[in-house]
Amino acid sequence: MFLVAIISLLIGMILVLVRLFFGPTVYDRVLAVNAFGTHTVLFIGVLGFLTGRPDFLDIALLYALINFVGTITILKFFKYRVIGDPQRDIEERSG
Amino acid sequence: MKNFIKFFLLFGLWLLMSGMLTPLLIIFGLSSVCGVMIIINRMDKADNYDLKIQLNLLQFVYYLSWLSLEIVKANLKVTKIILSKTLPRNQRFLKVKYSQNSDFFQVMFANSITLTPGTISTETEPEYFLIHALDYSPEDIESLKEMDLRITKLEKGV
Amino acid sequence: MQNLNFLFDIISWTLLLAGSFFIIIGSFGIYRFPEFWSRLQASSVIDSLGLYLILLGLGVQSGFTFVTVKLIIIGLFLFLTGPTSTHALANAAFISGLRPEEKLETN
Repeated sequence: MFLVAIISLLIGMILVLVRLFFGPTVYDRVLAVNAFGTHTVLFIGVLGFLTGRPDFLDIALLYALINFVGTITILKFFKYRVIGDPQRDIEERSG
Repeated sequence: MKNFIKFFLLFGLWLLMSGMLTPLLIIFGLSSVCGVMIIINRMDKADNYDLKIQLNLLQFVYYLSWLSLEIVKANLKVTKIILSKTLPRNQRFLKVKYSQNSDFFQVMFANSITLTPGTISTETEPEYFLIHALDYSPEDIESLKEMDLRITKLEKGV
Repeated sequence: MQNLNFLFDIISWTLLLAGSFFIIIGSFGIYRFPEFWSRLQASSVIDSLGLYLILLGLGVQSGFTFVTVKLIIIGLFLFLTGPTSTHALANAAFISGLRPEEKLETN
């Protein structure tokens, strides 16, 4: 039954990857990357159960953290064009 | 006192996550907990914002169960839209007023809206949230108002 | 005892199957919908139901162990961050001027 979950996760990943390649706007691509990250977290978890090594869940947790931080960072860059503190950067540029 | 609570929470998290009790790993755990405590206290000094939450746990669990039922219902609705042959396109932006006073409960309301498929909170203004609805119908506004009322009740603790 | 294990297996299999179904539906929605805003709504099907059904199925399968604690921590983390990143994405797209086509036609 884990195999069914893994196969459906793989199908989902392929569909999302198609959207990643053909997405017309940048935001479509960010959405696809975010959804792909969610798929990956679940994939790692289920794979750990399938192979009888649930320790894989640590990696899944780490992947969830990186996925969230990555998405927020990309969006912040689009919005402010800097990754650090936007306020300080604006002050430095004007002053 | 606050630091003690933080320390025990963090160290408990470490023990739960590792599940091993060899001296070496416990020393590693203690040192990383101390490092995290230093960082947390520095961050506290940086933004001077203390969060006060008064939450009735029983009511919160009741709200969560109501919310999960709503989520399942909304999911079935969106699934129908995805699988229908002709895509019904009746998208709209709605303005929904909120009646919560504290930041925490406003965040809870906005997150609940986003978590329910079919509605996403797009923009927060001082008076209202701007919400994108996938398939607009007058019932949507009714259910959003009910959610707002329930969270306000949770805030007042009635 | 054997019967009880069998019952738990059936419950977790049902949860896993339902979760897989919703994940495929959500991905299909992301693939199929014509523009950004409706795709965003389709992705919230994955984030809200598919994810938790699969995590619940795995939790029932593992019983009361450290593994379940880790699953709960993953679930809590995604419960807090999932809506946040969706909102950040929607807000960034809104500010950059992306609107549904219908809105442009009616106004």
